[in-house]
Order: sequence, then structure tokens, then C-alpha cells
Amino acid sequence: MAFIPHTPEDISRMLEVIGARSIEDLFDEIPADLRAGVLNVPAPLSEMEIARLMTERAALDGRPLNFIGAGAYEHHIPAPVWAIATRGEFYSAYTPYQAEASQGTLQLIYEYQSMMCALTGMEVSNASLYDGASALAEACLMAVRSNRGSSSRRILMPRTVNPTYAQVAQAIAGNQDISFVPVDFDRTVGRTALDALKPFSGQDFTALVVQQPNFFGSLEEVDALTDWAHHNKIMLIAVVNPTSLALLKAPGEWGAVVAGARGADIVCGEGQALGVPLSSGGPYFGFMATRMQYVRQMPGRIVGGTVDVEGRPGFTLTLQAREQHIRRSKATSNICTNQGLMVTAATIYMSLLGPRGLEAVAQASMQRTYDLVSALNKVPGVKRAFTAPHFHEAVLLLDRPPAPILAALSRRGILGGLDLSERYPELGHALLVCATETKLDADIAAYTSGLAEVMSASRAAA
Amino acid sequence: MQLKTREPLIFELSKPGRGAVTQFPPPVAGTALVPANLRRQKRPALPEVSELQAVRHFTRLSQMNFSIDTHFYPLGSCTMKYNPKACNTYAMLPEFLGRHPLGPEPQGFLACMYELQEMLQEITGMPAVSLTPMAGAQGEFAGVAMIRAYHRARNDTARTEIIVPQAAHGTNPATATMCGFIVKEIPCDANGDVEIEALKAVVGPATAGIMLTNPSTLGVFERKIVQIARIVHEAGGLLYYDGANLNAILGKVRPGDMGFDVIHMNLHKTFSTPHGGGGPGSGAVGVSTRLKPFLPLPIVGKDGARYRWLTERDLPQSIGRLSGFMGNAGVNLRAYIYMRLLGREGMVRVAEFAALNANYLMKRLQALGFEAAYPERRASHEFIITLKQEQKAYHVSAMDVAKRLLDYGFHAPTTYFPLLVPECLLIEPTETEAKEDLDRFCDALASIREEMQHDSEKLTSAPHTMPVRRLDDVRAAKQLDLVWKGTAA
Repeated sequence: MAFIPHTPEDISRMLEVIGARSIEDLFDEIPADLRAGVLNVPAPLSEMEIARLMTERAALDGRPLNFIGAGAYEHHIPAPVWAIATRGEFYSAYTPYQAEASQGTLQLIYEYQSMMCALTGMEVSNASLYDGASALAEACLMAVRSNRGSSSRRILMPRTVNPTYAQVAQAIAGNQDISFVPVDFDRTVGRTALDALKPFSGQDFTALVVQQPNFFGSLEEVDALTDWAHHNKIMLIAVVNPTSLALLKAPGEWGAVVAGARGADIVCGEGQALGVPLSSGGPYFGFMATRMQYVRQMPGRIVGGTVDVEGRPGFTLTLQAREQHIRRSKATSNICTNQGLMVTAATIYMSLLGPRGLEAVAQASMQRTYDLVSALNKVPGVKRAFTAPHFHEAVLLLDRPPAPILAALSRRGILGGLDLSERYPELGHALLVCATETKLDADIAAYTSGLAEVMSASRAAA
Repeated sequence: MQLKTREPLIFELSKPGRGAVTQFPPPVAGTALVPANLRRQKRPALPEVSELQAVRHFTRLSQMNFSIDTHFYPLGSCTMKYNPKACNTYAMLPEFLGRHPLGPEPQGFLACMYELQEMLQEITGMPAVSLTPMAGAQGEFAGVAMIRAYHRARNDTARTEIIVPQAAHGTNPATATMCGFIVKEIPCDANGDVEIEALKAVVGPATAGIMLTNPSTLGVFERKIVQIARIVHEAGGLLYYDGANLNAILGKVRPGDMGFDVIHMNLHKTFSTPHGGGGPGSGAVGVSTRLKPFLPLPIVGKDGARYRWLTERDLPQSIGRLSGFMGNAGVNLRAYIYMRLLGREGMVRVAEFAALNANYLMKRLQALGFEAAYPERRASHEFIITLKQEQKAYHVSAMDVAKRLLDYGFHAPTTYFPLLVPECLLIEPTETEAKEDLDRFCDALASIREEMQHDSEKLTSAPHTMPVRRLDDVRAAKQLDLVWKGTAA
């Protein structure tokens, strides 16, 4: 029997102890008319059969050359990361409720929290949330709890924020009567226009969301946006890419000192780039960090250092009075688990890369994207959409709809980017492309020549 | 072997200039440069260690954990069963791992997800399933948000209340609040069933729905479920099934047949995807026909022989998207592999042997002198022992017993939950434990019972053999130490 160790002798001995005649007796409290018939699911497979099936299905999906980013990034993952993360002691443990028997997981999360604070320039981090999009939704709810000077429950959501993140924030926070007000972007530069914020000056808003680099890959003028928010008593929620923080100013240092404080108030984002495979969209992990003054409004698990009865240092879950299992309907969130295994991978990844390795990854990714954009920009019918400096993504404008072009490239084993024409119809035939350190000169050349041929063939056909 | 000494922080192993340099990408020539006003001035204080130092550090940390692979882990309500290695190995094939979520619709991966949806529909008796929610609590959120959307679509805006039994998981009332509802808690009777009179007293035109776990967190099957369903439905409310305890009834009774309108499943419990030290989970939701238009996106659909993602175009009334892409895809893939390995026969055995192990363990512990909270009832897949008598007689708490169990090499059961039962241990052995292991656990508790009577200090000062002794939680919450000082902003 699959994964069940009982012998017939075990079963009869156990039933004897219970005082039941059969296993069926154990279900005698379930009303008879509710009982299920035989389930219509397939017969069991052996491991050998499932191995064959999964290998065949995986082969159907192939291994294309990928130039899509848009919130999920292909980076090199060091071999030790998953060799260690899949050790049973990490893989098959649960939330460290029994701290003394979970010091490994707890210390690792403490190290993770410390690393995330180092990257973001914040004072405290939680133990992770589900993913970047849901982390932004939680950040919006947290801002509503934290900004005591605001009663509007209105949040400014620039259109340069990942549109799926904005949808998720609406789906989750919208149930609590929080509304989102869009802010337009500069069509030429490709970033949020300060002018677009001016009409909102002096009004009551709870928070302004700023994504850096933004969804187009462009670098926002974060200092000016932060200062505008703080002068208007609006909290600043930063959505950042952790890889980019090796090169970019930490959100904790954005803007000038206002009322004794500086920088973003809540920082969140998608942690996948830190050693987590693309894996069809998940599992990833969301991160969140903030200033100490808001720590009691932060959702999710938090690990703290303490001492045992002999004074030896150790770690435990802390500030649990915020959480659902204690506070029930008054909790900061309903969140229960974090994404522990993904955090394990990310902590090992950050330890292996260190400050210099992560900087090298960020710099190489940025340079590869500049090389890619410059090469594609020379293909007839393709040009760069925006003038703002970018990190490892950029928008290209084609002279015709991207969908058939992308389909033709896909047949050649190349994923040429994300078609933006539905998400941003006002941009026309826009395509979001990404390169990371994993894309070599030959890969960029393959995409460039592939695109030139496909465009030229499509022109000839028209 | 478990590591018993302190392991330094990774930061304490760091030295400037050291690094796992084979992991660094080679430098790329070029002039790409972040403008000065946006550039980072000082490198982040990440550790600088060699590859071996990192490998040894994290391997040693792993050795400070209890886990299913190393220890019996009877954590009630968490279903800590064996996570088959095949599920991990075949979900981590390079094509699955390397696939970008926004690439062309992957027929191999989507075939697995479509079949997973179908199997979950069959098992729960629900006509439609979405795999999008990323954890049980997010599945709960999706379920209650669908209830809200359903009433709103009918312009029935007076329904502002969700009923929750007192025994419910804390996530239930927290979820109802997140969805903008007022929570009405109702008590359970002495046998663990919902008090029908209390339900009748709160149900009415303001009732949006009720959230129930069945078997309940008290470890017993809710026998009046059909009556409860009728009362709530007649008042115009909907029934939400918290699937935390689905392991207990797999293939025996289906939530759809009990009258539930919406269910979330914890794939990391019933379908054995790894708990990973606290996630990732996966909280698929199933619904009755009337809630189908509101399901969260995306869902896998099929046109002829081709699988595709259903979007807002297909379900314009959807409650929306809950994740950046399509939920915890890799977790769902592990659940799929697990279900195919079990198949039709294996699924039913899950419930049968989970119940056999739980009832056996309960009877044996009762024989040793422990008090079951509901002695007249069958255990479901788990049961509650209350130590209120022991506390009175020997001044030891459920926490002391839990900590002492660690010294005997067993992870502790869930303690102090459900909140209704004083000094309780919620014990869930799962179907994958052998009789010998259950017997060893009983021997440990028998021995702890002896210690309780003759040497209670052994319990109150436990654990004695872990990397640390009992930790000061109060200090942790009062003198916050959340970040290593060397990295603090």
C-alpha cells in the first residue's frame, strides 16, 4: 500500500486495542447517506511509471531561450542552494512552533531578516510573505493601519507599477474599502511624472506606491517622489527588485530627511530572483521590511533573538500577538505560513554571492540588457520606447503587432519578451524585453538575427 | 545526528574579500551605468564566505531541526505525513524549473494542472476548482471573497456577518475580517458538535455564511452537518468548508455532498507537499455551480485537445488575481504527482489508516491514564488529550510535556489549540507512521508520566538535550532583537 507501513497483523492488533471490528467501524459517526461511492480518479502509478509520465510531459514544454522578465527573472542558481534547501531537515519541517527543536530554521530566518535589512536599508524585516504581488497588497493594508494622519483609505498606484500587482492589491485590499487611484507616466521618458502627482498635492492619501525599477525597467526619480509623498504626509511604499539593490540606492535612503525620518516607510517585493527557479510562476516569496516604529503593524512571521534559561543565545518566533492564532478577527492579517523553503534558498544564495557577487550579477544583467536593446534597436521596424535609464528590462516599439512576431520566434525556440499591447494600449505595439547575466553574446546575437528574419519574413508576407 | 552546539551567525564567518567566486558571473565589458543620484554608495552588509563555509554552515543549521524525515512529528491539524521523494524529484525536472510563467501556454505542465483540478473536483464533490491560492489562509480568503461577491452580485448587501464556531482555526475569523465581514462566534456542545440553538440564534438576514471545519479542530466529525447546512441555507447564507482536516475523510465523505458551497484544500497537508519550515503551501479552492463565476484566476481550461489559461475574459465576475502569476505552480505539481502515485485505492487508504493510527493512539494513551477530551467519540485523524488533572496534581503544564517529548526524540503535538480545551495536546499521527513508532511514542509518554509524579522538575525545566534550553519568549518580544547589528540600517 502506497506509503502505508501496516501489515495485516498490525491492523488486527490495533483494531483489538480500539475495540473495533474493522477499519470501516471508525467511520460510523458519519451519516450513512453522506458516504462517498468509489472515487472516479485514475488507478495508482508506480514511481517508475510517474517518472516516465513526468519526463514526457516536461519534454513537451522544452527549454527555450528566454528574454521575458516582467517580475520573474532567470538568474544562475548556485548548485549548493537547492542541494541544501531540499535536505529533509529543511524540506520536511514545519513552522518553528517548538523553538528548541527548530533552531536551524529560526537562525536561518534571523539571518535572512538581517540580509533583507542590509539590502533595503530598513530596520526590520518579516520572515516573508507569499509573493511580490500579495506582499504589495499586504503593504497597502499595513499602510492603512500605520498612517494615523490619513483617514481616506485611498492609495496612489502609478501605472508604472506591475499591472498584475495592482490587480492583486485591488482583489485583496479592495474588500476592506481601500481604493486605488492611478497616476500616469511620461510617455517619452517611461517613468512616473512628478507633474502627474501635482493635482493630488494637499489631498488626503494613505500611501504612494513606487516601483523601482518600474514595470518598464526604467529607473524612477525616487528621491523626488519620496519627498513629494512625505511633504504631503503620505506614506511611501517601495516595490523593489532585490538584485537591483546591489547597484541602486537602498529605499531606506530615498529622498531627504523629513520630520527626522528618511526613505521609504514600507519596502516590499518579489524575492524570486534570489535563487528561486522560474518554475512556471511559483512558489516564489514576497519580502517586506519597514522601520521599527511600524513593526507591530507588519503582517507575517517574525523571528527574534533571545536567551535560554542558562543565558545561551537562541531564536524564537516573536511578536505573535499580531497574528491570527492569537488575535483571531483582530489580527494584522490572516497569513499563517510564510514561504520558508524559498527563504532558505534565498538565504543560501545571498550568502554565496555576498555583496560583490550580487553586485556582479546586477551589473552584468544591466549591461546585457543594454547590449540587447542596442542590438535590437538596429533591427528595421524596432526602436526603444523610452529615454529613462533602465536596469535589466526595457520596452521596445515594433512597427506592427508583437503577437505574431513572438509566436514565430517561439517556433525558433526563443521567448522574445512580453507583449504589452493589451496592458498598455496607448503605447502601441510595445514589447518588454529582459536579459540577465545568463544571456551571453551568442544568445543576444541569436535573438537579434531571429527577430530580423521574422520581421523581414512578416513584411514580405504582408 | 542532531547538532547540539551553537552555530555562529553566517555574518560572524564573514571576512572582507572572501567569496564563493565560482558563483560570480564573469565581468561583462560595457558602459551601462546607474546615474549617480540613483546609485548605491555603500555595499550592503551581506556575508563574504567561501562556498564550503556556506555549505557547512547551512548543513549544520539543518541538523538543528526536527523534521518528518528525521522524527515522528504528530503536530495536530498540520498533517505531517511522509513527503515522497518522487514528488520533489519529478517536479524539479529542468523543463519545469526553467519555464517562465509568461511564456507560451505549456501543454505538458497544463495537462498536469488540468488533471489535478479534475481529481480535486472528484474528491471534494465540487464542480469547479481553482489552484491559484498560495496557502490555506489565501484559499480561505478566496472562499470568503467569493461568498461576498455572490451576495453582492444579487444586490443582497445586507449580509455583513460570517458565523464561526469557537473551535475554528484563528485564520477563519481573521479571514472574515480581511473580507470586510463582522465575525459571530458560536459555541460547541460537550460532545464537540456545534450548538444548534446558538446557531439558530445568530443566523438571519445578515448572515453571509458560516465557516466550518469537518472533522472539526476538536478531532471529531460534526454529526449535525446536514441540519447545519439546512439552517444556514434556509437563511440565505452559504457554507464554507475549511479543508484543514480533509485527510480524515478522503474518499469517505465529500464536502460537496455534505452541503458545502465552497472549500479550500491545504495541498501541503492532505496531498503531502513539503511544509518547508513554514511554507510554501497551496490552498486550492473548489466551489458549487453558483459560485463558479467568481473563482480566482487563472484557471486551466481546455479547448479541444489544447489546454489554456482561463482569464478575465472567460470569468468576468472573478474575484480577481491573488498572485503575480498562477499561484504556487511547483507545489501543485508535487500534489499532482502524489495523487497519481496514490490513485483511487491509495486515496481512501489515507483516511482509513490516518483514522486507525489516531484511534489506536488515543486508546493506548487513555489506558496509560491520560484523559481524552472527547472519550465518547471516535477520533478522526487526530484527537485531544487534556492535562488539566495533571496540572492540578503535579503542577506541570501541557507545554512542559511538549518540551519533555523533544528530549525523547519526538516533535511535540500542537499545544494550547483549540483554545476551548484547557492544557491540551492535539495529536495527529498521520497514516504513514508504523505501529512501532506509535508504540515508542506511547512509551515516551508513559515514562514522562512517571517523571511527572516523581521528578516533575525534569519536565518543568525541559528540554535538556536540544541545542538550547527553554527560551525566554517574553524577553524576545520586549527586547526586540530582529536583525544582526552589523547589518542594521
